[in-house]
Amino acid sequence: MATKAEALQVNKKKAKKSKLYQKESRAALLFILAPLVGYLIFTLYPFLFSIYASFTNWNGLGTMNFIGLTNYTRLFSDDYFISSLFNTFFMMIGIPIGLLISLLLAMGLNRGIPGTTTFRVIYYIPVVSSLAAISVLWQWAYNGDYGLVNQFLALIGIDGPNWLQNTSTVKPALIIMTIWKGLGYSMLLYLAALQSVPKMYYEAADLDGANSFQQFRHITWPMVKPVTFFLVITNIINGAQMFTEINIMTPTGGPEYSSATVVFYIWQKAFDNLQMGYASALSVVLGIIIFIVTLVQFKLNDKSSFEID
Amino acid sequence: MSQIRKKKIADSVIFVALSAGAVFMIAPLLWMLSTSVKQKSDVFALPPVWIPNEFDFSKYAEIWTAGPLLSGIQNSLIISLSVTIVGSFTSSLAAFAFAKLRLKNKNALFLLLLSAMMIPYPSLMIPQFSMFAGAGWIDTLLPLIIPPIFGNIVMVFFLRQYLINVPNAVIEAAKIDGTSFFGIFTKIIFPLIKPAIAAQFILWFMAVWNDYLAPIIYLNSPDKLTIQLVIANFNATYAIQTDYPLIMAASIIALLPMLIVFLIFQKQIIESIAISGVKG
Repeated sequence: MATKAEALQVNKKKAKKSKLYQKESRAALLFILAPLVGYLIFTLYPFLFSIYASFTNWNGLGTMNFIGLTNYTRLFSDDYFISSLFNTFFMMIGIPIGLLISLLLAMGLNRGIPGTTTFRVIYYIPVVSSLAAISVLWQWAYNGDYGLVNQFLALIGIDGPNWLQNTSTVKPALIIMTIWKGLGYSMLLYLAALQSVPKMYYEAADLDGANSFQQFRHITWPMVKPVTFFLVITNIINGAQMFTEINIMTPTGGPEYSSATVVFYIWQKAFDNLQMGYASALSVVLGIIIFIVTLVQFKLNDKSSFEID
Repeated sequence: MSQIRKKKIADSVIFVALSAGAVFMIAPLLWMLSTSVKQKSDVFALPPVWIPNEFDFSKYAEIWTAGPLLSGIQNSLIISLSVTIVGSFTSSLAAFAFAKLRLKNKNALFLLLLSAMMIPYPSLMIPQFSMFAGAGWIDTLLPLIIPPIFGNIVMVFFLRQYLINVPNAVIEAAKIDGTSFFGIFTKIIFPLIKPAIAAQFILWFMAVWNDYLAPIIYLNSPDKLTIQLVIANFNATYAIQTDYPLIMAASIIALLPMLIVFLIFQKQIIESIAISGVKG
């Protein structure tokens, strides 16, 4: 009898709990409904559709005939695509250079020099500035006759080229501008990482007689490695999607298509030439490249990982 | 003693280097400002004139009639504000559910949403375009507003991280009191994560304000363009006439709002970015 009553009570408790649980689950589902629906309609569906469209000769209007791998075989012999792919990766040379400079800046700022806040703000201003406005500005700065860059070079006796009209200088010009724009962001993250390094590590190293380079090599570098990893990934992902600068500064894709990026080419194919099936294939390739890069980076990081927390 | 002196010398050298770097960072922007108040003849002066003899602010009056600058600002404001206000609400509500409420397969659903971060926008833009073309939304602001108001997974991610550190006891007490879950969100959770929402809100607002690729795909009519497209058009149109003061004045107008927002909230912005980077 007693056990029965007990069991009844437990059951009641369970029922009560599950009722609350049900109510809670319903509320939770309702709260995540918007992002979930948004994901299905605006990410998952277009993503699958892209893959499907990449196997068709879709022109954006009506007909979508299945043409198998034709788009994919075509892109391997498409000189425009190959140059845009090359340009996109070439311009990533700026990533390690930018990271090195920002790490040095962050180390400089981490010494408690007066004016640190002001420096931080100044270096960060290009980051918050609109990329379109910055591109307009730099296009003018790279002007061969009157641009700021060549006027500066003239001061030290160098006769600068017409940066954006020249196949050999247009990519370096874009790289320099990209470094300039991104410096503040990487510097900020490095500075935050450096500030989280316990001071006693350096004090201990000092006692052991380690010189500055050894301290950098064995303390600073490993401690900022997670941030470097994060920055490399985000820079590659953003770099692979470079578009605005190209569209504004070299509207035709530069001399001999030497500054066109993959996204610029996709955009041209899809919305100028209305070759949406082919453009979809290009966009799938871009997606795969970004995915692989991310994966490789994760694997590399795993191998020589350093845990921050 | 010599150790301290050595550090002082090193600090001075670094201070000079940082100052030189700061000049490089700020010089292009100052030059932009200086060009915008120059007369045309000064623009092409060699050697360059940094401070013009006569400040000519007429271009700042001219830009408003030289192109659809005002409607550009309006359109950008409409898009940025509706996206960030509605989107912050949906995102924070979802973050609350993901961090604190019990739901079967909650983490699997969260991971599914996170996978969206791996898919670049260019891989989605063509089907999205054809969807919105089917809805007759081309050359309206709707394709730029509707998708993001369903929530921003980056914001959900950071707010969830923030909420996980909030003790459950606060919520359990309210649950026992019989407060509805939406009530718990508005009365307890929202005030608690307000600073985090504010930081994410500002960053998102800036990103939407500065966006270029999505607007250029959807918008054509001059009165529908966002501010970024308007200045790109200024650049394309007036560069032929070498009217650089006009172009630079318009670009400064496009830059200024975000610069002001940054200078006002620089402490919060810098802090939240630093945190996101270290955690990311």
